[in-house]
Amino acid sequence: MSVLLALFLSFLTLSLLAVGGAITVAPEMHRLLVDEMHLLTDAQFNASIAIAQAAPGPNVLFVAILGYQAAGLMGVLATFGGIMLPSTTLALAASRWGHARRHWRGVLAFKAGMAPLVIALMFATGWILSSHEPTWGSILLTLVAAAIVWLTRVHLLLLIGMGALIGGMGWL
Amino acid sequence: MSTDALPALSRPHSPRDLFWSFTLLALQGFGGVIAVAQRVLCEDKRWLSKEDFLELLAASQVLPGPNICNLALMIGDRFHGWRGAFAALAGMMSVPLLIVLVLTEGYAMFAHNAMVAGALKGMGAVSAGLFIGTALRLAPALRGNVLGFGLCVTLAAASFAAVALLSWPLVWVILGVGLVACVLAWRRLPAS
Repeated sequence: MSVLLALFLSFLTLSLLAVGGAITVAPEMHRLLVDEMHLLTDAQFNASIAIAQAAPGPNVLFVAILGYQAAGLMGVLATFGGIMLPSTTLALAASRWGHARRHWRGVLAFKAGMAPLVIALMFATGWILSSHEPTWGSILLTLVAAAIVWLTRVHLLLLIGMGALIGGMGWL
Repeated sequence: MSTDALPALSRPHSPRDLFWSFTLLALQGFGGVIAVAQRVLCEDKRWLSKEDFLELLAASQVLPGPNICNLALMIGDRFHGWRGAFAALAGMMSVPLLIVLVLTEGYAMFAHNAMVAGALKGMGAVSAGLFIGTALRLAPALRGNVLGFGLCVTLAAASFAAVALLSWPLVWVILGVGLVACVLAWRRLPAS
């Protein structure tokens, strides 16, 4: 079996396991690409995640970078196509199913019951991101940014730009 | 969609509108697109109420796959069928994909530059703040929840503790706290 096909099939399977986003199956991708198939080094693997988080757009793009580093543009098709295809098909089907039954008690209960969880997960993401090598400066920056987003409608890119500037000057 | 939304919700004109709107949205999303999505979809474009946004986000989080891509897909589908779904998802992905591939080529040159590393740290700290601020902005939507505000806060605190402080896998939290929350909501809803 060619490497590309093997990659594609593995990522197809991982797609349906990725509840909470592709990053949740990153450890399995690491095992596959670095330890088992030896297509990437540790450094390349970590850089893929770092680049996707720094760049604009969805973080799932780190999967495309993994494929690109492993096997060029065909690698992107194999890994990124594999991770996206099953989950998008399922999401589309589930969304239609739920919307057609949006007045059902079960669907309404799901909606009401999950709302507090969704908000909590957003707080948790903020918490986890800010607890990565925290300094007093970075904590303060996080809190100020949170307050500005909460209370004003300042453009979010402006905030990101300020963060880049403050960090780039070495003030954190 | 919920009926208690503020008046004057708008909608995307066409799949093309969805494509470009999601392209612009994705390009503003550094370190996580959800904060930008909430701002753009609920407040700038007014395609969704806060309740709609929470509902779609809940569905995207329970399903496997990247949340924000599932969200784009569902919004596109709801307004313009499968063509809308495809347009929204393609908008979310195409230009950012090109950008990360170019960055990957350039990364090795800048990875060890102290200024770049510092800037990335600063952007990371701000994007953490974006998530927290967005959560605070969405919280008022819980006031109309059938669970009642107090119970919502309790459930949210429990999920936060499980994910952020105890590092439980998300699947467990959704199956555990999520299931309890949905059953409680079910019992408070009138029979359909």
